[in-house]
Amino acid sequence: MSVPVLELDEVGKSYGNVHALRGVSLRVRQGEVTCVLGDNGAGKSTLIKIIAGLHDYTDGAMRLDGADCRFGSPRAAQSSGIATVYQDLALAPLMSVWRNFFLANELRKGPLRMLDIARMKRICHEELAKMGVVIPDLDRPVGSLSGGQRQCIAIARAIYFGARVIILDEPTAALGVKQSGVVLKYVVKARDAGLGVIFITHNPHHAYLVGNHFVILKLGRVVLDANRAELTLDRLTAEMAGGQELAELSHELRGTGPGNQEVPTS
Amino acid sequence: MTAAATEPGRTEAARDDRVARRSLAARLLSRPEVGSLVGAVVIFLLFMAVAVPFRNVANVGTILYGASAIGIMAVPVALLMIGGEFDLSAGVAVTTSGLAASLIAWNFGLNVWVGVALALVLSLAIGAFNGWLLLRTGLPSFLVTLGTFFVLQGINLGVTRLLTGNVATADISDMDGFAAAQRIFGSEVVLGPVTLKVTVLYWVVLTALAAHVLLRTRTGNWIFAVGGDAAAARAVGVPVRGTKIGLFMAVGFCCWLSGMHLLFQFNTVQSGEGIGKEFIFIIAAVIGGCLLTGGYGSVVGASVGALIFGMTQLGINYAGWNPDWFKTFLGVMLLLATLVNVYVKRKADLR
Repeated sequence: MSVPVLELDEVGKSYGNVHALRGVSLRVRQGEVTCVLGDNGAGKSTLIKIIAGLHDYTDGAMRLDGADCRFGSPRAAQSSGIATVYQDLALAPLMSVWRNFFLANELRKGPLRMLDIARMKRICHEELAKMGVVIPDLDRPVGSLSGGQRQCIAIARAIYFGARVIILDEPTAALGVKQSGVVLKYVVKARDAGLGVIFITHNPHHAYLVGNHFVILKLGRVVLDANRAELTLDRLTAEMAGGQELAELSHELRGTGPGNQEVPTS
Repeated sequence: MTAAATEPGRTEAARDDRVARRSLAARLLSRPEVGSLVGAVVIFLLFMAVAVPFRNVANVGTILYGASAIGIMAVPVALLMIGGEFDLSAGVAVTTSGLAASLIAWNFGLNVWVGVALALVLSLAIGAFNGWLLLRTGLPSFLVTLGTFFVLQGINLGVTRLLTGNVATADISDMDGFAAAQRIFGSEVVLGPVTLKVTVLYWVVLTALAAHVLLRTRTGNWIFAVGGDAAAARAVGVPVRGTKIGLFMAVGFCCWLSGMHLLFQFNTVQSGEGIGKEFIFIIAAVIGGCLLTGGYGSVVGASVGALIFGMTQLGINYAGWNPDWFKTFLGVMLLLATLVNVYVKRKADLR
C-alpha cells in the first residue's frame, strides 16, 4: 500500500467549549477513494473545512507528504494541491462557464496582462470534454446549467489545476439517480487520474460503489474505520444508520404508527 | 465575443441536441447594457421631436457636460455594485474632497496642489475606511455607507463653518497653482460649434478603462465573482477583502476627481452640496443593467445611464417643461428601465 499523501492524526477542533471534532484520524492515498460518512451534524463539514484551509484545527496533527502542516487560507491549501468541491460548488451563478472554470487562476497574456479568453475557452472545453461533458455555449451563466453539469465543472476545474487530493462534499446529495450516476463516474475518473479522493456523503450506497476505504463520523468522533475488504454494503449501511439505534427506533415506530411501515435503511 | 465561432474543436464534439445554438441577436440582447441603449435612443428621439434647442449642435457640449458630471461617478459606482456593494456616501464625499482641497490650501496658505494631493489621500482613505468597516463588522454596505453619508455631511458643514465662519469655502482663484490646476480639472476645448468640458474626456476615458478592466482583466473577473458569490470566490482563492476595498477606493478616487472639478470650475465649494447625488449615481448604474444584488452589470451601461440623465435634465429645460417634474420623470424612467432590463434578460435567456 502506498504512502498516504495526506494524513490526519487525532485531529480535533473546538469552538470554545463545543468540541465539533475529536480525535479524527484519516489517511488519503493517491489513486484511492476515501469515503467519509456521517449524518447531519456529525462533523463532516468541520473536517472538510480544516483540510481545505478555511478553519484551523486545535488538536492533533495534519501531515502532507509526511510533513506537519497547517493551512492559513484556502489559497494555501490549494497551492499544496488540495482542492475542494463544495456542496454549493463555489461557482458564481451569474458568471459564464469559462470565467468560473478559471476563477482565481486566470490565464493572461501580453504586456498588459489581459485575459487570454480564447485559450481559456479552449482549455475549458477540452477539460470538460475529457470528462464527457459538452456545454454548447461556454458563455452561458453557470446558474442556467443542471446540477450534474455544475458538479462536473467544479470537479474538472479541480483536476485541471493540479490537485493531488480532491475533496468532494456531498456531490450527489442534491442530484437525481441518473445525475448521481454521472457524478460517481467522474469520481472514478478522478481516482484513475491518480488523485487522492475524499468523498463526503451520507449515502452508503453511493459510497460503497466507489470507495476503497470508509470512515464513519458520529458526533465528531470516528465510529468506524475500515477497508472495503472488511465490509459489506449491509454492514456499512447498518453502521451508518446507527445499527442498534435504528432497530430500536423501528420497534418504537411499529408500536405507534398507523401501519407496519419499515423504516428506510438509508 | 466572437471567439466562440473561431474556436477549434468546438464543432466536432457531440452537442446536446436539446440546446440549439443561440442566434447572434439573442446573444447581443442578453448583454446587460441593452436596456439602457434602447432607453437612450427613445429619450433622444423624444427630445429631438419636442424640444427645438435640443436639435442645436452647439448644445451637445452642454448635454455631455451634464452627463459627464454623473458619469464620472456612475462608472465606479457601477463597478462597486457589480462587486456586490453600495456606496451611499459617494455624493457627499465629492463635496468633502473639494472642501478639503480648498480649506487646506486656503487655511495654511499653501500651494493649491498640496491641497489637491491631500484631498486625494483623504478621498482614498474614506473609500478604504468604508470597505474596511464593512468587512470588519459584516454589516450590509447600505448601513455602513449610510453612516458615512451622515458623518461626512456633518463634517462638511461643521468644519467649513469652523474654519471660515461661512457655509462655503473662500475663493481660492488667486492662490499659487490655481491656474495650472484649473487647466487640468476645469478647462474646456472648442471643437467647431461644440464646446467640450474636460470632464467629458475624463468620463470617456474612465468608461473605457473600467470596461476594459471589468471584461478583459483578472481584476474584472474577481469583481464579478465577489459580487456574485463572495463565499464561492473566497473558497477558490479570490482575495475578496482586497477586491472590495479596492472598489471602494476606486469610488473614492472618482469622488476626488469630481470634487476637484467642482472646486476649479466655481473657485469655491458649497458645504451643503452633493446630498441626494448618490442615488443618481446608483440609478444610472441600475439603468445601465447592474443588479442590486451584485454579480452582474456593465460600466458602459452605467455611462449610457448617465447620458440619459444628461439628456433628460436639459431636454426638459429645452422643451420648456416645468423642471419641477424632473425628479418624477427620473423615478418613472428608473422603473421603466428596470422593467425593460428584466424583460429583455428573460427573453434573451430563453432564446
